Amino acid sequence: MGSAQNPPVIEPGYTYASVTDKISSIVLRRGTPRGWYFGFAIAFALLMLLTYAVLWLFAIGVGVWGVNVPVGWGFDIVNFVWWIGIGHAGTLISAILLLLRQRWRTSINRFAEAMTLFAVACAGMFPLLHMGRAWLAYWLLPYPNTMGLWPQFRSPLVWDVFAVSTYATVSLLFWFVGLIPDLATLRDRAKKRAAKVIYGFLAMGWRGSAVHWHRYEMASLLLAGLATPLVISVHTVVSFDFAVSVIPGWHTTIFPPYFVAGAIYSGFAMVMTLAIPIRKFYGLEDFITMRHLENMAKVMLATGLIVAYGYMMETFGAFYSGNGYEKFMILNRWGGPYALFYWVLIACNIVIPQFMWFKKVRTNVAVLFAISLVVNIGMWLERFIIVVTSLHRDFLPSSWGMYTPTKYDWATYVGTIGLFLTLLFLFIRFLPIISISEMRGLVPSTPEEKKR
Amino acid sequence: MRRLEFMGQVFHRSTNTIARVSIYGAVFLIAALGWAVYELSASPYVTDVNVAKDQPVPFSHKHHAGELGLDCRYCHTSVETSPSAGMPPTQTCMTCHSQIWVKSPMLEPVRSSYRDDKSIQWVRVNAVPDFVYFNHSIHVNKGVGCTTCHGPVADMPLTWRANTLQMSWCLDCHRNPEKYVRPRSEVFNPHYAEPANQLEIGLELVKKYKIQSLTNCSTCHR
Repeated sequence: MGSAQNPPVIEPGYTYASVTDKISSIVLRRGTPRGWYFGFAIAFALLMLLTYAVLWLFAIGVGVWGVNVPVGWGFDIVNFVWWIGIGHAGTLISAILLLLRQRWRTSINRFAEAMTLFAVACAGMFPLLHMGRAWLAYWLLPYPNTMGLWPQFRSPLVWDVFAVSTYATVSLLFWFVGLIPDLATLRDRAKKRAAKVIYGFLAMGWRGSAVHWHRYEMASLLLAGLATPLVISVHTVVSFDFAVSVIPGWHTTIFPPYFVAGAIYSGFAMVMTLAIPIRKFYGLEDFITMRHLENMAKVMLATGLIVAYGYMMETFGAFYSGNGYEKFMILNRWGGPYALFYWVLIACNIVIPQFMWFKKVRTNVAVLFAISLVVNIGMWLERFIIVVTSLHRDFLPSSWGMYTPTKYDWATYVGTIGLFLTLLFLFIRFLPIISISEMRGLVPSTPEEKKR
Repeated sequence: MRRLEFMGQVFHRSTNTIARVSIYGAVFLIAALGWAVYELSASPYVTDVNVAKDQPVPFSHKHHAGELGLDCRYCHTSVETSPSAGMPPTQTCMTCHSQIWVKSPMLEPVRSSYRDDKSIQWVRVNAVPDFVYFNHSIHVNKGVGCTTCHGPVADMPLTWRANTLQMSWCLDCHRNPEKYVRPRSEVFNPHYAEPANQLEIGLELVKKYKIQSLTNCSTCHR
């Protein structure tokens, strides 16, 4: 069990049965709480906004967006990178922390993984929409075709296709494999026939035998091993989309580590943003304890500092390079038309999170929630600054321009938040948000058990 | 009460078998679907290859080019100098058919076209999409024979499309022109047979005619 000096990762007084009761009752309770309907309605309305924005985009074309020469990458790429970054915490928590035997991950890994999947789903839409003719998206894949062509394997955009789709597949498998014992628990506890059949179908005949558990542990470890390099590789490849080009501000070697750190930073911020309301609403303070929030705050502090180092090196590199365009890029970020966003980004990502050095802040739920929101905004602004400021000042001043998102850009962005929240609400309602089987493993040995 | 929950299996025993079969089955089903899509896209239903088209007048290339030995350029006059090979005006038909087969009912549409000064509405057999730039003259002048693309025209009673005209087919030659080029003198020979040492001759001709392997996107998509 956990070492003595650390506060417990589950409050005392729980037994195997009470852990199972508490988590499974969120799913199996009679009637749905009114608050759930309220939240789901808002999320679903935003999802419909997304549907509208996307259908309009398909009908008219990418001209409905604000992208044009010279800023050909607008909200679509900003949001892609933002969402895929958010989708990094899940795998980090479930894979790396599993391999490092960090048992505090147990209560947050399930919904962090779910959040990862939903974030990747949102992220994956944007490159397809960005292409303009999304119905030809299968052209991204290498397959024998009547055009006699293969994708350009030297392009990082193709690497991106493989990186993101691999990540989505492994994350989905990981999440589903982890769910199987819990689905069996729900199958056994469900009262209604339909629920028994659906959960039973998904549980794939799980009976909890020693062989099942052995294979389950083995599969989890293998998937964790498979997923661990992906945490690093996915955002590295996303950063290559920028770094392999020759655009000032993009063409730097700091990009891969700085993107990966930023991704984990924003991922943990999003886990925090979601965990705090959920634990409050469903009374899960005993499972998602202050220790969890504090640990996440520490991870954010650490990754935030790496991101700060990235900003520093970007600035240093621009001046050290002696390249006029690179220098201009930084000066333009500091004092150009988008300077306000840059300084807000610095405040959000570097200055405000420093409060988390204080234990008082790390143990104050409301302040942590506020900081996590601030970091989410900051990380979005970071991608906006990277994409737009580098593009809007082209090499030739005659090609300079400005980027202004249209209402369809905003509708698509806000709409994907709707998609994310819709999936999240459905997940909360129909699947156990905390791993029942793993939480049972955290219950301290009971006197009954010792007798055996 | 608690024991009741463990009574009665949710699923029948057979579900185990069905589950195993369906998981493996899905792999084969997806593979079969992929194969079906591939076969369909290569079938004459999609490509029109080997489908002889009905025409307002059942014009036979086999008779005119094959048996009578008319030169391709007698009718397709602009093939050496312009992007389009050119479709002959009715006047070209009438150079002969004002003298022979003048009463043939089969040729009535030709005569009425001539009388009323209205073009015959031929059904197009070979066409590339509008987003493809294609020029006959450069191909003909670099030693690409008519039959290389249009097939054994001299054996076609009604004309059909001999090749898919899909991009991979274009690229097959654009990537390795030596596989197909022939001497300029043989370009309009409808009975030309590929020699056994085609690659050898082809490489020589590629050098001699300064044929470039043009595979840039903008070669055809301008």
